[in-house]
Amino acid sequence: MGKNILLCGVGGQGTLLASNLLAECAMEAGFDVKKSEIHGMAQRGGSVVSHVRFGERICSPIIRKGECDILLAFEELEALRWTEYLKPGGLVLSNAQNILPMSVSAGNARYPQNITETLARISAEVTSVDAIGKARELGNQKCLNVVLLGVLARRIDEIKPEIWPEMIRKMVPQRLQELNLKAFKTGWELA
Amino acid sequence: MKQSSNRAFLSGNAAVARGAWEAGVRFAAAYPGTPSTEILEYCGTYSEIDAQWAVNEKTAMETVIGACYGGARSLCAQKHVGLNVAADPFFTVGYTGVNAGLVIVSADDPGMHSSQNEQDNRYYAMMAKIPMFEPANSQEAKDMTRAAIKLSEEYDTPVLLRMTTRTSHSEGIVSLGERETAPEREFVRDMAKYCVLPNNARRLHVKVEERLKKVAEFAGNCEFNRIETGDTRIGIISSGISYSHAREVFPKASYLKLGLTFPMPTELIKKFAETVETLIVIEENEPFIETAVRVLGIKCIGKDRLPVCGELNPDIIHEALKDLVDKPMPQLTKIPDVEIPVRPPVLCPGCPHRGIFFILRKLDCTVTGDIGCYSLGAFPPHNAIHTIVCMGASITNSLGIEKAMKEKIHGKLVAVLGESTFMHSGISGLIDTVYNKGRHVTIILDNSITAMTGHQENPASGRTLKGEPAKVLDFEAICHACGVTNVHTVDPFDLKAVESTLKTALADSEPSVIIARRPCFLLKSYKPKVQLVSINRDKCVKCGICWKLGCPAIEVNQQDGKTQINTALCVHCGLCAAVCRPGAITQAKEEA
Repeated sequence: MGKNILLCGVGGQGTLLASNLLAECAMEAGFDVKKSEIHGMAQRGGSVVSHVRFGERICSPIIRKGECDILLAFEELEALRWTEYLKPGGLVLSNAQNILPMSVSAGNARYPQNITETLARISAEVTSVDAIGKARELGNQKCLNVVLLGVLARRIDEIKPEIWPEMIRKMVPQRLQELNLKAFKTGWELA
Repeated sequence: MKQSSNRAFLSGNAAVARGAWEAGVRFAAAYPGTPSTEILEYCGTYSEIDAQWAVNEKTAMETVIGACYGGARSLCAQKHVGLNVAADPFFTVGYTGVNAGLVIVSADDPGMHSSQNEQDNRYYAMMAKIPMFEPANSQEAKDMTRAAIKLSEEYDTPVLLRMTTRTSHSEGIVSLGERETAPEREFVRDMAKYCVLPNNARRLHVKVEERLKKVAEFAGNCEFNRIETGDTRIGIISSGISYSHAREVFPKASYLKLGLTFPMPTELIKKFAETVETLIVIEENEPFIETAVRVLGIKCIGKDRLPVCGELNPDIIHEALKDLVDKPMPQLTKIPDVEIPVRPPVLCPGCPHRGIFFILRKLDCTVTGDIGCYSLGAFPPHNAIHTIVCMGASITNSLGIEKAMKEKIHGKLVAVLGESTFMHSGISGLIDTVYNKGRHVTIILDNSITAMTGHQENPASGRTLKGEPAKVLDFEAICHACGVTNVHTVDPFDLKAVESTLKTALADSEPSVIIARRPCFLLKSYKPKVQLVSINRDKCVKCGICWKLGCPAIEVNQQDGKTQINTALCVHCGLCAAVCRPGAITQAKEEA
């Protein structure tokens, strides 16, 4: 029992809150949990990644290459960047959004084409969802992270479904609770 | 294992602050630096801890030394290179010892995620003869902070707590305790202890050596240095995060898990080495423990197999020691060969620094840079910074360059640094420049916050760490007082003013300062007026001048090669409209 989950995206997309919520839910479900991410320069629009591991006893906070059960990508290029951590047959959940890195927007590199197809060649289990579209429909694209958390939650049997909204209520400021609970439900139904 | 109120999911940094609070710490100070910054931010959340941002690590260290002399259990925190700045008082407090408990945190950065080197600060403990703890996870970070305060008072010594990026920024479950009441410890005038005049210091050094022997005995019996007996064919000595990684690779081996690594528990090491067949020392960066093991005449595997450079992780440990691990490397997923463009950090949309680098490059200046968000000016497409050494070095680097190159560089040389870095250690360089007849231009980028580390207040912000109002430093007056006659203030969004001011300053025969003042765009309190920026793509001639701004909201359309504006990212700062020659990008005159 337990899972290794890698959350990746671009600085400013809200991966931090999503990984915090995930970790707190796993702890609430009775698991040992470790989480690791890098702060600092990465915040400024760079690649960001969070490792979340839960199980009976977790020592290292870092997921080994080939041992990631679920890759939750907030952006397609970032999904591709971190696939080497995926275990054979591991699951990829990806937000169908492209954010151009500076090298591409300045015309010095090309953004890879057909990433969803490439991901499908890597893993048989790829789910690409329009989470950013759903977040915009909810009126605030910042809730993208919780939409994606909903997508992820559906695929984690170890954590009882009622724990998620409970922890959202506990951790999200009151004025944003309703939005985030809706976002979570939207994601859950997308998966 | 149900969550209860006495457990929390904490980062190593949050756990250090919690440990300090539980240990009865009353005073804490620091200058921000990744990965240490959050320690003081979390300290500031406890009403019982008087937490403050200092202007640099040296003043922070000296203030906490004063606080501990004055009877308050105290903490200071810094990143590894920050301890270089604070090294002078650090060594001295090793001699004087403490009154109330003192814990000094060094957060090292193996892998250099956000630093200019990966110096291993465990050697500072050895060099300053100050005992040191190395936590492996958040729980230990909290427990060892408490133990450090206790050890500090029992042995009359400051204690170093050595974190690393992975222990500071990883999170784990921590069981919480109550706050202890610290006994009153009045400041007693004791010149033999607190005045390190040579005759006193000679006696103090003898005391330090005696103290170290006693702490070494303690290290041998300390709960944080323990043998965990498993399969005795492999014995591993490890500390800090390396222990957590090693446990993943060698789950069944025997361990000597070290938490108090200076002074080293030599008897325990000998005892452990005798019980195992193959001894391995697993540690990040330098062979600190390994050297101590080898000095005892004990053979071990260490840096002959494991790398000195970079962070460790379970994969690196497994690969280096493959023949000794009784399981195969994990099977990897096959990845198709696709070129993946890198995504380095960039100056944010609306960043006030962007236009400065645009003009510096336009005027082809030689630029000595400094440490902060604006270090990103060295990356393409700006390519506008040519040296970065350490905090505050920009001004003095320029002074040195002009001493060497004289007339060949005059009119071309500019030092660039942020207001926080100027206060940290740039100001002394400016005095040096005036006194020694330098004439380069210094640009102080005043965005009124220490931004790169995540927005910490400083004397330009008008707020303290605790959010209380504070006096704002008068930068113009300071520069005048240093002897600079020509001090200019510009709005960095006004590119014409930036260019003409810089040209005037470069032509000066005296040193001059340009203060480029505009708040960081991400500051919550900053509400600039919005004049909408838009593009008429028919007018775009693909000249590429807007791409040189390095703005994430400016994109090259992958089909027609013309500029497009990413409206989700654009904050309407108007810089692109200001540089667009064909007039394709425009900014509305009226406020939206």
